[in-house]
Amino acid sequence: MNLFQTTTLLLIGAVLPVSAKLSKEQMATAVQTESVTIPTPGEFFAAIDKVGRPNWTQAGRSQINSEASNRPQIALNLGTLVADGYLAVEAHDSQSVKNIGRDIVQLAKKLNVSESVLARGNSINDFAENNDWNALKEELEATQNDVKLTLRDQKDGDLVILVSLGAWLRGIQASSQLISKNFTPAGSKLFRQPAVAEYLIAQVDVLPERIRNEELVAKVRGQLGQVKTLIEVPVDQPLTSEQISSLHQTVALAIEEISDKPLVLPVAAPKP
Amino acid sequence: MIMFARRFAIFIFLAGAFPLSAQNVASPAPPAAPEIPKPAPSPAAETASARSLVLELAGAFANDGYKVRDGYWSGKLQPGKPQLLEVNLFAGNEYWFSAAAVSPAEKIEVKVFDEAGQPIAVQSYEDGAKSAAGVEPQVSGRYFVQIQLAKGEAADFCLIYSYK
Repeated sequence: MNLFQTTTLLLIGAVLPVSAKLSKEQMATAVQTESVTIPTPGEFFAAIDKVGRPNWTQAGRSQINSEASNRPQIALNLGTLVADGYLAVEAHDSQSVKNIGRDIVQLAKKLNVSESVLARGNSINDFAENNDWNALKEELEATQNDVKLTLRDQKDGDLVILVSLGAWLRGIQASSQLISKNFTPAGSKLFRQPAVAEYLIAQVDVLPERIRNEELVAKVRGQLGQVKTLIEVPVDQPLTSEQISSLHQTVALAIEEISDKPLVLPVAAPKP
Repeated sequence: MIMFARRFAIFIFLAGAFPLSAQNVASPAPPAAPEIPKPAPSPAAETASARSLVLELAGAFANDGYKVRDGYWSGKLQPGKPQLLEVNLFAGNEYWFSAAAVSPAEKIEVKVFDEAGQPIAVQSYEDGAKSAAGVEPQVSGRYFVQIQLAKGEAADFCLIYSYK
């Protein structure tokens, strides 16, 4: 159903009068908030779904490494798992959703946030059991937000942006894989998200030096810069199939680093 | 003429019955209770209240297949000081930005602008201190959502969005 035909609006709909244009100064004051400014993988996948009939199963991962022991890597991995959850929902694969829910809880334990997501894990299981795909999309975001909230509460707030970064990168990786296999200009236009990349870069750049200079984080930060360059195209201009392939390779490399490479955090200098 | 009057009556009935506000629920007057001075609500409680109001509003869109984002934006609205939020939207998706403010806000407005700062056409819902703007972006990218106090005094607000 078209937006402008929704029944809720039959009662109350009206097109607002035209407002004045925002000035550059006004736009510069706009608030950016991690929980709203960054779109969920679910939103991205919903748009991808409308430009074709992607085979979501093809974009799934068979194996997820949960052996990582350093916290930034775990946070990044946790984000990629949330995106995997959305992918499994799009593929209507309830067993994968359940497995991913279990993996999320396992990784969350390593960040000491399992208590807050345990109940969410159970809900994910129940919704998957009932094939309640819409509820699952909301539950996945709520799970991610619970993890972030607990991280903030336990003074681990620096890891929050890494969870979002992991989810966004995995969403780009999966979608670019599907679009490169079945290229359409309309599909390629959906990758035009430079403001998201810009925001993530800015947030990573203000992380404490200890995390920012961690080998994996530094590498992913570099790849994020390349991603931003690739998706920074003029309004409504499609990316070429070569650009999509290049984007996919760059992001796939980042995801490979995040999920496979065990890294050790540099020892923090003792406080005076 | 009769048809128009009938339609108008249905419209009034539906608008009155539309379960967006608890104030619409008719109930017998409760017995008078002794007045107990209440402590001033904390800012967190005000935000929670604005959030519950906006979730109530967004619930109407959820019934129409929209997924409600769990994340929210909250703060304080001041007269004559609109606030802007940056969001990233995808062409082809449909969005509703819902906002609510607590008393003493009386009327709020939600508007959406593209990345050049140009206002874009929105479908709107306005009910005093609750308001929503529906958009169907033609291009993917950065957008700005503006919320402003049109009537009333400074108050806490909360904004969430839904998509499908």
